[in-house]
Amino acid sequence: MSDKQKNIDLNLEIWRQKDSRAQGDFSTYTLQNISTDMSFLEMLDVLNEKLTMEGGEPVAFDHDCREGICGMCGAVVDGIAHGPEPETTLCQLHMRHFKSGDTIVIEPFRSRAFPVQKDLIVDRGALDRVIQAGGYVSINTGGTPDANATAIPSATAELAMDAAACIGCGACVASCPNGSAMLFTGAKISQLSLLPQGKAERKERALSMVTAMDKEGFGNCTNERECEAVCPKGISIGNIARMNREFVKASFF
Amino acid sequence: MQLNSNVPDGPLTEKWDSHRFSSKLVNPANRRKYKIIIVGTGLAGASAAATLAEQGYNVEAFCIQDSPRRAHSIAAQGGINAAKNYQNDGDSIMRLFYDTIKGGDFRSREANVYRLAQVSNNIIDQCVAQGVPFAREYGGTLANRSFGGAQVSRTFYARGQTGQQLLLGAYSALSRQIKSGKVTMQTRKEMMELVLVDGKARGIITRDIITGELEKHAADAVILATGGYGNAYFLSTNAMASNVTAAWRAHKKGAGFANPCFVQIHPTCIPVHGDYQSKLTLMSESLRNDGRVWVPKKPGDTRSPASIPEDERDYYLENKYPSFGNLVPRDVASRNAKEQCDAGKGVGDTHLAVYLDFAEAIRRDGKETILKKYGNLFQMYEKITDSNPLHEPMMIFPAVHYTMGGLWVDYNLMTNIPGLFAIGECNFSDHGANRLGASALMQGLADGYFIVGTSIGNYLGRNAIEKLSVENDEFDSAEKQVQKRLQKLLLASQNGAKGKTTVDEIHKELGLLLWDNCGMARNKGDLEKALIRLPAIQEKFWNNVYIPGSGQELNQSLERAGRLADFLEFAEIMIRDALMREESCGCHLREESQTEENEAKRDDEKYSYVSVWEHKGEGEVPELHKENLKFENVVPSQRSYK
Repeated sequence: MSDKQKNIDLNLEIWRQKDSRAQGDFSTYTLQNISTDMSFLEMLDVLNEKLTMEGGEPVAFDHDCREGICGMCGAVVDGIAHGPEPETTLCQLHMRHFKSGDTIVIEPFRSRAFPVQKDLIVDRGALDRVIQAGGYVSINTGGTPDANATAIPSATAELAMDAAACIGCGACVASCPNGSAMLFTGAKISQLSLLPQGKAERKERALSMVTAMDKEGFGNCTNERECEAVCPKGISIGNIARMNREFVKASFF
Repeated sequence: MQLNSNVPDGPLTEKWDSHRFSSKLVNPANRRKYKIIIVGTGLAGASAAATLAEQGYNVEAFCIQDSPRRAHSIAAQGGINAAKNYQNDGDSIMRLFYDTIKGGDFRSREANVYRLAQVSNNIIDQCVAQGVPFAREYGGTLANRSFGGAQVSRTFYARGQTGQQLLLGAYSALSRQIKSGKVTMQTRKEMMELVLVDGKARGIITRDIITGELEKHAADAVILATGGYGNAYFLSTNAMASNVTAAWRAHKKGAGFANPCFVQIHPTCIPVHGDYQSKLTLMSESLRNDGRVWVPKKPGDTRSPASIPEDERDYYLENKYPSFGNLVPRDVASRNAKEQCDAGKGVGDTHLAVYLDFAEAIRRDGKETILKKYGNLFQMYEKITDSNPLHEPMMIFPAVHYTMGGLWVDYNLMTNIPGLFAIGECNFSDHGANRLGASALMQGLADGYFIVGTSIGNYLGRNAIEKLSVENDEFDSAEKQVQKRLQKLLLASQNGAKGKTTVDEIHKELGLLLWDNCGMARNKGDLEKALIRLPAIQEKFWNNVYIPGSGQELNQSLERAGRLADFLEFAEIMIRDALMREESCGCHLREESQTEENEAKRDDEKYSYVSVWEHKGEGEVPELHKENLKFENVVPSQRSYK
């Protein structure tokens, strides 16, 4: 590969906001000679090292595993949560998907239920509270039957796993025009309603998780499918349909 | 320093039962009068928090991330071991015990490892009951695969996301207890100091990561579940925020630190590609079930892998270790990769890589089957490297992954500080000098779900713990210490950034020092050199680091600086430990101590002990203590995987 393709120059428009009370705004930065093998977050590291040594303030952003599984990272890049590559978290997005001279606009995951705490960092505690409302099987440690006591067809286990793959990053909420968390909530309700272990509590679970979701200020689903399009784990909106069935059954039957 | 392992008497197979019987209990009505602090919410911390809360204790749990679900346990890919013998291939508790203690190169405690094997089966039952979607056979029973260092299939898995699914299981149990009010969850709070009152662990000082505020928290016992210290090397497979701070704070308050030089270098990681690199990515060991490791026979061969004919390839693991082949333990696989690269046979741009080839497995089982097993790993590999493992072999190289060393604990998982417990990767207890694949998840959950509850009851039942609040001298002085330390960190930044350096620059310097001199192969000369060079890096840090912003706000540079300051101190005992141990064992290869075939050569006469370091004060040389290891049920042998 030639040098030209290996290294690119970039203009960055990044949302800067001092804290949750402050008014934020975009700031513009330029970076030269960015290797296309870098991840998006490594590009931000390079920017932050540069800002630090210039006496400026580095951009605050959430990140941890940098392997696409912890769900900590995320920002809206050029209008798309986690950026342009499908089924890819921000940490797994690589600079080879950008061209020299590109202007990249980077914003936090915005939603009523996700207040900005600083720059690109938002508070996603609402998602934890939705899980606390019923995203579990109510069993204590110990006294459980042998793991092979209940056979679960492989296809069912795989469907449950498809839903369970959710990393709780909140991209679905950030990309939904209604700020809905139904993909997130639907994935957990689906996982547990598909498996025999979750069946005993399926009614209360559906009712209380949906109630918690509304209480946190998440919006409703109007079938925009934006959530599915940006989900880094490819969670299907079929899970929202499953959640709705669970909710309806729990409400009327 | 008193080191009593408190291993119960009696035959190995009965120790845990008899210990549970002789342990004191706290009756259910009294448990609600106690409060337990748990720092860290990975597999060990979350499972312990949920379990203790279910038992009726009041729990206050802390994590540095925005949610307890993000702990680095989530990144474990391959699986979790258990002695279920569902495959009817000769597995048993005794065999899992033996494989684990042998895999650890006979540097762990028999009684602890046996207990781990015993509770392994309960873990699988527990997780299935929580709704963890493990992989299943078509008949609906649980599926297994093989991992390194074992000749049976005992590893349970959920695609390549086993850690995620197990952590979400523990997180769901924890969430249920948060809802019930028995657990108070404190996110984005970093433990800055341990507080001792009358010699007992009674609380912690935390810093609120969002506001910078320091807070005092009191409890009747403190459990650390804060993971390993692999990030001392800067580049590792650990999450960016993984750190040694909580363990190091405890060490400086008197807790012994055991086997700090035992660091697992994982053989199958994506090779380093640039100096901007922030972390290394692991490719699960499970890939070695079907992938074949090879290098060109001819040094300096730069042909593409496809154009190197079969007879010019060296499948060196299969050739050298015919009975375990590509599934030798991690330390053996890592050292052999290094050996091949040192001999000039490394591949790729940097020549610091070997091939992991799936071509034969794809021919044998078909693309579909291989993708079903490893699809997400292949996808992850392609995202990072822009190369598809279905079409060309993966390139892999060893990277720092897991730390077997950690806080010294007795059979109860209690450190030598009364009331301070350490669980999961944070302790040293079960993996000796090398951890086998799929055993970290097992140990984290064993400690949290099934062991520490007994220990807490026993501790509270045997000791009169006075009630106290945070309004006392010990908490005040600990808080002042933290304040002083934060001020000291920011001192060098007062006059601006000019002529200064960043936290990451110094961290990279420390990392390189450790990787070059205290990495995959170690020798006296290099270790001594590293010990001499370390103070200069420490000095540079304190005099020359620039940290923008203040302590009273969200300041990620300050967070990293605090953690690096502790890594810089911790590195000293790591190097000293490696220098002291003039034998090779497991991960620790001293070049002076090798067999004729370049395998690690142990010296059981001199080194059959756990090394435990005691902090003697700032600037003082730490003191080495020894816990001698007794083997009554296995005969330590030279490990052979041929």
